Amino acid sequence: MLDDIDRKIIQATQAGLPLTPQPYQAVAEQLGLSADEVMQRLSAMQQSAIIRRIGAVPNHYKLGYRYNGMTVWNIADEIIDEIGQQVGQLEFVSHCYHRPRHLPEWPYNLFAMVHGKSQQEVDSQIQQIKDLLGDKNLGSDVLYSTRILKKTGFRSGGPSTAQNDS
Amino acid sequence: MDDIDKRIINTLQDGFPICDAPYRQVAEQLGLTENDLIARLQALLNNGTLTRFGPLYNAEQMGGALTLAAIKAPAEHFDEIADIVNSFPEVAHNYARNHELSMWFVIATETQEQAQQTIDAIEHQTGQTVYNMPKKKEYFVNLKLEA
Repeated sequence: MLDDIDRKIIQATQAGLPLTPQPYQAVAEQLGLSADEVMQRLSAMQQSAIIRRIGAVPNHYKLGYRYNGMTVWNIADEIIDEIGQQVGQLEFVSHCYHRPRHLPEWPYNLFAMVHGKSQQEVDSQIQQIKDLLGDKNLGSDVLYSTRILKKTGFRSGGPSTAQNDS
Repeated sequence: MDDIDKRIINTLQDGFPICDAPYRQVAEQLGLTENDLIARLQALLNNGTLTRFGPLYNAEQMGGALTLAAIKAPAEHFDEIADIVNSFPEVAHNYARNHELSMWFVIATETQEQAQQTIDAIEHQTGQTVYNMPKKKEYFVNLKLEA
C-alpha cells in the first residue's frame, strides 16, 4: 500500500524526472527526504508495478507512426486470457485489454492498439493477428481515430498514467 | 532528430536506472557525455518528440479508476455532443473514430463511483447511451516504437 511519502514522491515525479545530474537527489531535496529513501521507494514501487517503468514516452506521430488502429476482436471468454497474452506479446501492440461486450451491437471483448508508419504496415499487422488467432477469431473490426477531440494530462492528485489508448 | 537522438529514444524506452547519477550511467552506455545526454533529452521534450520522461505510474494501482467509454454520436449532433463530453474534467482523452460508435473517451476518476456518476451525467446531458467498457484485464505488452 502507498503511504503519504509515496504519494508525495508520485506527485513530485508524475510530470517527469528533473533533468539534472542527480535527479533523485533533486526530488529528495524538494520533499525534505534523503536521496536513498527516494530511490528505495521508487524501486519498491517499480517492484510492485505501481511504476510500470521509468523512461521515455515518445510521441507516436513525431516518430512517424501516424497510423494507429484500435483493433477489436470477439474471442470466447474461456480462452480470452490465453489469447490476450499472445496478442499482447506482438511487438507492434501497445495496449491489450479484455473489455466487456455490449451485445448485440458490440460483440468485441479484446482490444489491441497497433501502430505503423503506413496503412500497409498496419494492414499487415492486423493480418498477423488474424493469422495468430485462426478460427478462434469469431469476428473483428478496426477503428481509426479521425480527430482528436480532447487530450489532456490527468489531473494532479488524481490518477496519472501515460499509458492510454491513443 | 539525428542518429544519436534515435539511440537515446530507443535506449530510454527500455528503462532508466535508479542510482545516484543515472544520466551519467546511460550516457556512458551511449558514448555521450552526461551534459550532452541531458541537453538532448531537454530538446526532445521541448520539441515534443518525447511526451514524457520519468516514472510511468499505473493509475489503478494507485487506487484511481480509468474507463473507456463510447457514444453513437449522430453526425448532425456530433460537435454539440463532443462539447458536452469534453466539458467534464474527468474526461481525459476523447477521439472521433470511424465507426457507428463514433466518439471514444477515457474517464479518469479517483473512484469507480465517480466514474459511474460521470457516465450518468453525460447520458443525462447528451441524451445518448454511453457504452462503458472498463477493462476487465490488461495483458502485458512490450511495445517499443523504434525511432
